[in-house]
Amino acid sequence: MADKKEYKVIGTRPIRHDGVDKVTGRALYGADFQIVGLLHGRMLRSPHAHARIKSIDTSRAEAYPGVKAVVTAKDFPGAGDAIVDLGEGAVSLKHLQDNVLASNKALYKGHQVAAVAAIDPHTAEEALELIDVDYEVLPPVINVRNAMKEDAPLLHEDLRTDEMGEKSEKPSNIASHFQHKKGDLDKGFAEADVVIEHEFTTATVHQGYIEPHNATALYNPDGQLTIWCSTQGAFTVRAQVSEILQMPVSKVKVVPMEIGGGFGGKIQVYIKPVAAMLSMKTGKPVKVLMSRADVFEGTGPTPGSYVRVKIGATKEGRITAAEGYLAYEAGAYPGSPVGAGAMCIWSCYNIENALVDGYDVVVNKPKTSAYRAPGATNAAFAVETVIDEICEKIGMDPLEFRILNSAKEGDTRVDGPVFPRIGFAETVEAAKEHPHYSTSLDGKYRGRGVASGFWPNFGMKSSVAINVTSDGTINLVEGSTDIGGTRASIAMQAAEVLGISAESVTPIVADTNSVGYTDVTGGSRTTFATGYAAYEAAQDVKRQMIERAAKLWEVDESEVEFADGVFRCTNGKEEEIDFKGLAGQLDETGGPVVGRGTADPTGAGPSIGTHVVDVEVDPETGKVQILRYTATQDAGKAIHPSYVEGQIQGGAVQGIGWALNEEYIYNEKGEMTNASFLDYRIPTCLDLPMIDAVIVEVPNPGHPYGVRGVGETPIVAPPAAIANAIYRAIGVRMRELPMSPGRILKATGKI
Amino acid sequence: MPSKVHVQTTINGEEVEFLCEPRQSLLEVLRDVLYLTGSKEGCNNGNCGACSVILDGRLVNSCLVLGAEIEGKSVETVEGLAEPDKLHPIQDAFLENAALQCGICTPGFIVAAKALLDKNPNPTEHEIRYWLAGNLCRCTGYDKIVRAVQDAAQIMSSEVSA
Repeated sequence: MADKKEYKVIGTRPIRHDGVDKVTGRALYGADFQIVGLLHGRMLRSPHAHARIKSIDTSRAEAYPGVKAVVTAKDFPGAGDAIVDLGEGAVSLKHLQDNVLASNKALYKGHQVAAVAAIDPHTAEEALELIDVDYEVLPPVINVRNAMKEDAPLLHEDLRTDEMGEKSEKPSNIASHFQHKKGDLDKGFAEADVVIEHEFTTATVHQGYIEPHNATALYNPDGQLTIWCSTQGAFTVRAQVSEILQMPVSKVKVVPMEIGGGFGGKIQVYIKPVAAMLSMKTGKPVKVLMSRADVFEGTGPTPGSYVRVKIGATKEGRITAAEGYLAYEAGAYPGSPVGAGAMCIWSCYNIENALVDGYDVVVNKPKTSAYRAPGATNAAFAVETVIDEICEKIGMDPLEFRILNSAKEGDTRVDGPVFPRIGFAETVEAAKEHPHYSTSLDGKYRGRGVASGFWPNFGMKSSVAINVTSDGTINLVEGSTDIGGTRASIAMQAAEVLGISAESVTPIVADTNSVGYTDVTGGSRTTFATGYAAYEAAQDVKRQMIERAAKLWEVDESEVEFADGVFRCTNGKEEEIDFKGLAGQLDETGGPVVGRGTADPTGAGPSIGTHVVDVEVDPETGKVQILRYTATQDAGKAIHPSYVEGQIQGGAVQGIGWALNEEYIYNEKGEMTNASFLDYRIPTCLDLPMIDAVIVEVPNPGHPYGVRGVGETPIVAPPAAIANAIYRAIGVRMRELPMSPGRILKATGKI
Repeated sequence: MPSKVHVQTTINGEEVEFLCEPRQSLLEVLRDVLYLTGSKEGCNNGNCGACSVILDGRLVNSCLVLGAEIEGKSVETVEGLAEPDKLHPIQDAFLENAALQCGICTPGFIVAAKALLDKNPNPTEHEIRYWLAGNLCRCTGYDKIVRAVQDAAQIMSSEVSA
């Protein structure tokens, strides 16, 4: 099953190109950016979860010594009812602006309502206290099922439900309801020997990147705006800022600094347009930084959700029917990842009769953002635990069950697409064959669980330019910000084409004026799609270098071949030259060589993984300890195996945090009460064992080297795998996330 | 506006003097006064360890120390670890083990690991995990970080005995 192709660079583990800068502290992240004359901006945030803003008086703040400007929603250019397409679906411009600076209503505690620019950050913070906002406090609704009730407080008086394409008459918190259906559900359930149905809830959780959001903006009198910031996509920042501020994209330049984690949460803009507005008012560069509490309270978490799942199977272990109901919290404005959740819910399996209903529901929480396989984990927690229960009922090994039902090439997903070659069954086989699965687990309160996770992966647009240097190296200019080693994984694909070493490539992440359009680092697309563009750019270089060799040898281009890094003459002349040698002769053969490549590939190819976990539950405290963890995943072809393992390990651990500890805890006023890393507890290294990452390689036919994106899939399986392990340990089925000590004790009747 | 305090101190072996406001943290001074931006702000309340520095031989979160407090003391930051032509073995081990992804927590982890290995040159896996529990990483799942520190300990011990 493994890819047998021989590669020179791909599959090796070179030191990443930005490594030295990052271990010496020299790499410049957004907050590290300095410029002469810098002012500092800070945001005033709503203390209320739901309130009408009757008036904002900024006069006292404006008069405070050291304050240079104050902005509110009044400073936006008029929005009207425009609908804008930012490449990830249409959004309302009014909602986009309102989330950046609230106009008539604050919809969550932490919602930005005003901003100050001052000579230093402390002065700006002091001035925030002098902004007088008159709020009419309204009752909040923070839970998806409450928000769906007829008598729930309404967030948006004008929001009508999109009910399978038809707009409802009455306003509602339900922004949309859609359905995917396949086969005949009644027939399927009638054929089942076992039918199991349960309800599940999951808490709101945050991406939890360690670097808070940041932005420095400089507006020049010629109308040119420059923004230096940490972002997953400089071009999406450009698009959002230009829409929000109604400026042409050509007037906005975004310079991506290094980024300290994103996981989907650094796509949507919050403070970037505000820094720009403050710079417009002051004529000076303005840096705005968020605090950790700002990040928790004001930036996109991933939804809390209510999920109901019903699965029928025969006693031989064949799934006959499956029905899912997903209600996801969108946060303050429509746009939860319930659509992606519905793509993923049944996609590990080949099910003849299946249905999924999706509801996108607004609540008084921050507008949700993408978070690593957005929407998939919530659904998988339900599906993969119900499957475990079915396996128990029919007495079948849960991995055998997954192999029997695994989706394969040619099978149709419930949401429509037909699978290309995928490697799900192979990941289950790898888990089954791993020593972990056959090692006996002894001891009281210990249990082993398994679960699988699916993510479709995305392609989208990327651009790469390659400049050949006279010493035989290349500079590779790309638009994808590097969050986890993609400079290396992209450079290695170009190096493979040109027969040079990974170290002979200098990757450069460029600003929006210096590289072709490139979509976000997200959707597990970067090594796949920007790698594809790098492959194309390197092919372009190769073609031009063949021309140069032909010129040098005074032969026809068709008489030059390139293999293993060497150009050879094929017409009998004894001529050969390697890439470096030829690069040294560009001046004599026509001047510089610049290669270009763009990609908008459609064959992203899903990545699926299967996890095995051993836990021990402390019956007195309810604490769950992870004893051993193994994660298998289909990477198609691992370009840089260390960073593929890193994605699998990191994703698994985020999933462990989601499973066991992480949640937004709200009081009755709708206020998050744990907006710090002390109280919102992400896993530390003391909580964990080593994470054994097993790379399975079933090449993706949609990529020249077989790459599948790997970043998102590994977060999907952990909560279900751990729930299944907890059941084996203490005999209790957990159906609520997180499975924190308190919830375990409640479930076991201890409290 | 408060007047500034004059501070004389040693940072990465060099004598340094600066002015800071009494309310400014050591992290703010390092980043905004001295432009040593290798120490990162992840939380500003001592929970994440991204701002870890060594103060008179002791590992601290620089966001929880005032700039004025370092008068007459000695501070080691991530910028002081490498030699002009050679990385510190811990830095090398982080690169060799691919123990970083986004890299924002990396300076803090490297400084914390140095403080550990200064005290305990041969830590067990558990001792490494216990010591580094004050440093949060959201990308790696810690596996490769722990391995990097294990490797660095081994390399540094063999250098000492050689």
